[in-house]
Amino acid sequence: MPKPDSLQGSLDLLVLKILMRKPGLHGYAIMSAIKDRSGEVLNAEEGSLYPALHRMELDGWIRAKWVTKDNGRRARAYELTAAGRKQLELEEERWKAVTSAVNRVLRTV
Amino acid sequence: MSLWLRLRNVFRGDRVSREIDEELEAHIEEAIEQGRDSDEARRAFGSALRRREECREVRMAAWLDSLRADAIFGWRRLRRNRIASAAAILSLALAIGACTAAFRLIDALLFRPLPIAGADRLYMASRVGIANEGQTQIDDSYEYPLFRRMREAVRGEAELIAISWAGRNDVQLPGASEIEKAYLQHVSGWMFPSFGLRPAVGRLFTEDDDRIPGGHPYAVLSHDYWTRRFGRDPAVVGKSIRIGAKVHEIVGVVEPRFTGTETGTFTEVFVPMMTNARAVINPSWGWFRTLVHVRPGVPLETVRTKLQVVERAVQTERLSGFPAMPEAYRESFVTHTIELTSAAAGASTMRRDFRRPLAALSVLVALVLLIACANVANLMTAQAAARAREMALRVSIGAGRARLVQLVLVESAWIALLATALGAVFARWSAPLVVAMINPPGNPARLVLTTDWRVGTFSVLLALAVTFLFGLAPALRASSVKPVGALKGGEDPHSRRRLMHALVAAQVAFCFLIHFVAGLFITTFEKLSHRPTGFSSERVLALDTVAERPQPPVAWEQLVARLRETPGVESAALAGFAPMNGNRWNGRIALNGGPPAEGIVYFLDVSPGWLEAMKIPLLAGRDLRSNDVYPGALLVNATFAKRYFDGRNPVGGWFERVSDDGSRSKFEIAGLVADSRYQNLRGPDLPVAYVAIPIRKSDGTLAPITNKTLVIRTASADPLALAASLRREVAAAMPGLRVSNLQTQLEIVQSHTVREQLLALLALFFAIVAWVLGGVGLYGVLNYSVVQRRREIGIRLAIGASAGDIARRITATVLAMVATGATIGVALGLFSVRSIESLLYQVRVTNFSSLAIPAATIFTAALLAALPAIVHAVRIDPVSILRSE
Repeated sequence: MPKPDSLQGSLDLLVLKILMRKPGLHGYAIMSAIKDRSGEVLNAEEGSLYPALHRMELDGWIRAKWVTKDNGRRARAYELTAAGRKQLELEEERWKAVTSAVNRVLRTV
Repeated sequence: MSLWLRLRNVFRGDRVSREIDEELEAHIEEAIEQGRDSDEARRAFGSALRRREECREVRMAAWLDSLRADAIFGWRRLRRNRIASAAAILSLALAIGACTAAFRLIDALLFRPLPIAGADRLYMASRVGIANEGQTQIDDSYEYPLFRRMREAVRGEAELIAISWAGRNDVQLPGASEIEKAYLQHVSGWMFPSFGLRPAVGRLFTEDDDRIPGGHPYAVLSHDYWTRRFGRDPAVVGKSIRIGAKVHEIVGVVEPRFTGTETGTFTEVFVPMMTNARAVINPSWGWFRTLVHVRPGVPLETVRTKLQVVERAVQTERLSGFPAMPEAYRESFVTHTIELTSAAAGASTMRRDFRRPLAALSVLVALVLLIACANVANLMTAQAAARAREMALRVSIGAGRARLVQLVLVESAWIALLATALGAVFARWSAPLVVAMINPPGNPARLVLTTDWRVGTFSVLLALAVTFLFGLAPALRASSVKPVGALKGGEDPHSRRRLMHALVAAQVAFCFLIHFVAGLFITTFEKLSHRPTGFSSERVLALDTVAERPQPPVAWEQLVARLRETPGVESAALAGFAPMNGNRWNGRIALNGGPPAEGIVYFLDVSPGWLEAMKIPLLAGRDLRSNDVYPGALLVNATFAKRYFDGRNPVGGWFERVSDDGSRSKFEIAGLVADSRYQNLRGPDLPVAYVAIPIRKSDGTLAPITNKTLVIRTASADPLALAASLRREVAAAMPGLRVSNLQTQLEIVQSHTVREQLLALLALFFAIVAWVLGGVGLYGVLNYSVVQRRREIGIRLAIGASAGDIARRITATVLAMVATGATIGVALGLFSVRSIESLLYQVRVTNFSSLAIPAATIFTAALLAALPAIVHAVRIDPVSILRSE
């Protein structure tokens, strides 16, 4: 079992990808999505998720709006911006480059 | 954009916190909804406060947020200690205001570049040589034929521009019947294109407007003059303006930013050099400055060398025409060195005369500022002591040292900021006031005193410097608090006072220096303004009078006779010019038909009765008579008799006046008069010869006269009350006769002490400010030490100490500091006096009174400041003090 926060710098990538597929998710839903889709291997901590969300918001990759849920509570829902889409492409490229490089090393050694 | 949002979020901090809290709360709610146990979810979430801080740090610029918090906290503290803050801010504002005003003046007079193209490449050519009396003499005036040759010599490398001194001339505006005064300059036609100036309306001069002597009767107006006198009427172009006797056509108005090159004066009318037709062809008439506009990339020295070669060649040629000139003068005539000094900020006599006084004053101002800073530093240190517990608490809950320094510095910055703002208002008000004092009232100096980025930058830098000056030491002290000791309340009570005492010593030293220098300036002004002039200037008017057409001497005699009959006139006479008005007429003489005698003799042409009008005593012989002519009988003064007749009575003797071309004219000495000031107030008495006014030409006829100065002694105490009726009388006496300038003799004499008066007044003002600030500072320190030592004093009183003993204990250290400061002040004063020696007059620096008076005033301030603290200390009630602890 990996350590809970073993995302190795891929948190931005995961959040962006999830928001691309499902726009309008709020923080808890994003956290759950990371957990579920990774088969409970990856775990984004609240302590890193929210600062990351706020940072990406200030960088203009995602934007947030307050939505009122069925129970009357407000939740902050996030969605991708055009800049975010570009950033996602970049992050995916980078991720692929890194994993293939790591794989090559694993194969040849 | 991200940075901008983070900066913006600082100022909506509460809202950001609320949003973060709500989002995080929603997160936990969601978790519970998903079936997690409420407590377990919160535990997994961790410290909500920490999460919030993490998010805030992302969303906000943390440094700015802390600065904002400190600023708010500092502001609250200032408002809480209202009286102390107001005192600190006001005293600093006074000092900062004085500093800013001094900067504005110095910048406007000495440093701000002229608004022209390539101001940094503009130089003024001066001729430096050895004068007749052996000292270095700087001569800024040039003759036009020489200028022409110099301009040719450097063509292509530099442009030479001739600009005459700005003088007040008589002008008659289009359609006006009255004659008024305007500042006029003769300038080279190519000045405007060379400076890259454009017309506001009409056109400016070019080289073609400056070719033929007397051939270009044109005028260009300044924008300021056009606005004031013509209401910006564009139709003024093409109209005629009468300047002196000549009519000029107005061709245009120069753009607003250009007010002339003579810093301290706004030129109002520009005319081409060639309009001074007689002067431009005269090889010995020096009447204008030469400005050198060097082309980019040309070395200055190349230009200078070429100018000097031409100057020496021309002077040597001229010398061959003066066979009678003594050898000593021949040498000094051709050994001038040309010096090029920067004229980027303009070229004027005021710049030269006021450079040193302004430097001296700005040093005084800076010292006042340091005294004010020391005051505030002491105040802050005292407050820091009271805050020791607060600081200790902050350290205990984890505040870093840097954070505490920032906290105290931000508070200092508030004080500095408010003081700078107040000071700027003070400077805005006071700088023009000082400019108005530079020249006599009838002839005010004018400086461009705009509030621009230079003044703004200076103020900001000053505020920052001041913040660190008075804030850093208290801030470092406050931050170095030891929590355990401070919270227990047992800090070493003496540690803080050492810094305060050092500051007191510094304050006293500066205060002493200011008082010492102010004393010297005041004594100089006193001595100079009370120096006897040798004549009586009260109730005397000098009327420069001009005839449209030259009139025979007898007509002028009739004018004087007519004025003598005018009611209110006590006596009247004529003279070539009023003494001490800046004019001089000198020459060389020969005794007993021998070679030219040593030294220069000064001349003044006067009418019979002039002695009586000026109240100059006749020592021997007789006054001039109406049938005396030039050359013929004359009067000489006592210095003349002493120098050329060994102090014997010279009446009945004779001498010859020798012109440079060798011709001689003979004079008989008819009378001996007492010495009086001829040119200025400083310096020794000059040998003066008073000659008759009518000039007998070689054909025996008398030369007609165009202009003379009427000297009128009035009966009433206020001579100016008679001015209007005298003008009318003069105009009625002869057609075409008018008064072109009217001054009181007193005003002329006082114009020689304007600089000394300004220095004395401002130095006195700064001395008073320094005295008050120093006294208040001393009081603050003493009072603080009494408050701090309450317990000790209480115990001492309880066990029977006398009031005198307590008083001695409190004041001993501080008075020792005052004495130390005064000693340092004496040393500083004696050391610095050399740099202001040229501004002083007959003041003995090592004089007992010049040191004793500042010492006495400062010890008085110390005693006054100590009194309330001593009273406070002696009145301490031991019982209540000891019970309260």
